[in-house]
Amino acid sequence: MSVMDVRSRQVRVPRRFLPVAATFAVFVLTFGAGSLRYEGFASPQVLTNLFVDNAFLIVLAVGMTFVILTGGIDLSVGAVAALSTMIAAATLEAGWPPLVSVAAVLLTGTCLGLLMGLVIHHFEVQPFIVTLAGMFLARGLCFLISVESVSITDPAFRAAATGTLTPVEGVTLTYSVLIALAVVLVAAHVLHRTRFGRTVYAVGGSEASARLMGLPTGRVKVGVYAVSGFCSALGGLLFSLYMLSGYGLHAVGMELDVIAAVVVGGTLLSGGVGYVAGSVAGVLVLGTVQTLISFEGTLSSWWTRIVVGVLLLVFVVFQRAVVRRAR
Amino acid sequence: MRPRQLLRHHLFWPIAALVLLLVLNTVSNPSFLEIRLQNGQLYGSLVDILRNGAPTLLIAVGMTLVIATRGIDLSVGAVAAIAGAVACTWIASGGSAATAVLLALGACVLLGLWNGFLVSVLGIQPIIATLVLMTAGRGAAMLVTEGQIITVDDPLYHQIGAGFLVLPIAVLVSLGVLVGVALLTRGTALGMLVESVGVNPRASLLAGVRSRTIIWTVYVFAGLCAGVAGLMISSNVNAADANNAGLWIEMDAILAVVIGGTSLAGGRYSLAGTLVGALVIQTLTTTVYSIGVAPNAALVFKAVVVIAVCLLQSPRTSQVFGVRRKAGPRPSRSEEVTAA
Repeated sequence: MSVMDVRSRQVRVPRRFLPVAATFAVFVLTFGAGSLRYEGFASPQVLTNLFVDNAFLIVLAVGMTFVILTGGIDLSVGAVAALSTMIAAATLEAGWPPLVSVAAVLLTGTCLGLLMGLVIHHFEVQPFIVTLAGMFLARGLCFLISVESVSITDPAFRAAATGTLTPVEGVTLTYSVLIALAVVLVAAHVLHRTRFGRTVYAVGGSEASARLMGLPTGRVKVGVYAVSGFCSALGGLLFSLYMLSGYGLHAVGMELDVIAAVVVGGTLLSGGVGYVAGSVAGVLVLGTVQTLISFEGTLSSWWTRIVVGVLLLVFVVFQRAVVRRAR
Repeated sequence: MRPRQLLRHHLFWPIAALVLLLVLNTVSNPSFLEIRLQNGQLYGSLVDILRNGAPTLLIAVGMTLVIATRGIDLSVGAVAAIAGAVACTWIASGGSAATAVLLALGACVLLGLWNGFLVSVLGIQPIIATLVLMTAGRGAAMLVTEGQIITVDDPLYHQIGAGFLVLPIAVLVSLGVLVGVALLTRGTALGMLVESVGVNPRASLLAGVRSRTIIWTVYVFAGLCAGVAGLMISSNVNAADANNAGLWIEMDAILAVVIGGTSLAGGRYSLAGTLVGALVIQTLTTTVYSIGVAPNAALVFKAVVVIAVCLLQSPRTSQVFGVRRKAGPRPSRSEEVTAA
């Protein structure tokens, strides 16, 4: 392990952190602008609410980061999250114990991801198409279970959803936030301190070179989709806690928000460059934009989409400039 | 043609899927293949399939050229929504249908220019460059319609999506564009140049091909196709719905292109394949509706067909069956479109 530590230190040249640092700077700037403009914006609770309202998005973005780091893409995350809310709601309604229900959801998501990974790797079909089919499949399965929205009435689930913690005076957060932060820490550990994580970066940098180095590229390429499937399922569970219902039309278009968050967070879609911390920052930036627009009050909701698009553009052009200068 | 050669043809599996779907429909509903002429207009299930599939086909034709240059255009659905929004808002405020169409298509050309600029000049990956417009585009369409669903009552405008000239006008437009593109690209060297840019933009540039201009042009063309499709969709219902017009049509169009055997890795394309692919998608949708599955659950069938066709076309499957086919260029990540 000591050899790896040395290597990972070598990798951390400041330029690699530039996009992530820029994202954090934008987050601080937008949040600062909000604080100056609106009274009560700069409270710890507004900051905490960014995590509370976006816990599921953070988890989904972590999974997506793994996939994008290998140069792939996963369009199925929103649909798998919706399927998870549906399975959770339906199994709880059928009287399953909550823990069994949670296990079933996580298992389904992971298996779906694994299956997509196997097809992508072994049949050499483009990730875009396979995960698009996965998206259709997961959404369709939701409606096979139930066309209507199913509400969750299980007392344990409701307790987990409404239970709050007060770590500091004046700040309340939900259990979802803790789960999301745990996922981020575990993911950062896996990416930077394990062989799997190193291989993820290696595959994204150059798959051919990674293979010639004898790294298990196939296993990792399949693995990242399983990771993303697991994260989508977990994100879906958090979303079901947030909404307390299962519905096939939950999380429609969320894959776009997730991809936008990851890209804004400085991860290159060509693979090999990026950090989960960046993706978290990306989610926070998107969340801040949404909060700003709701604080403004007079701005219509569609401005969120326009602003997110513009942010995406600015970051992509910025990254492009950084990459060009690096050459 | 020997059976082995037949199996080798790149359109074998898509056409097999299409025939299978048609047979299924005919078995479950014997009058499915009936077409009758009434008041000089053709009616029947097959005509309906063509008519409902016209916007997807049109967008897929534009998408085929984009994908042939190793690009992708995710923004076509949003562009279609913008076209409908612009046209309907203009008509609702008292403008004529003709100027509305021109305005809408002008806007779409601008959006196509924008996409092309990001991809060919700034060298941003196509998937991200067009994701920007996909995300912001629907917001922009909402901005145009001020969040309302704009309804219009203009008989001339209604003709685009619902008019008939023996066949529905929308079908004639889509097929006309398909044939036009086929003649233009396959009758001249243009198609080959597009493919060469898809194989390697840099090498094409060194060989004297204007990579940047070609890439830029295909995005503008895709935007224009999306615009016309958006007009068809909105004129068919006499309304502009910024949220739902053309929702997921980019996915259907990409699927149609891929089912037709065009590789997402770029460098080769088949317009005939795109036609078959669009027909497969639309026939599948119609089939599932007609056998009484909930519209949303129909997605499961779509997923199964997509996976089946893609697996059957995959080079690996061909190897297993001992059938060798000219494989497309393998996707390579290191070579982004850097036509600088």
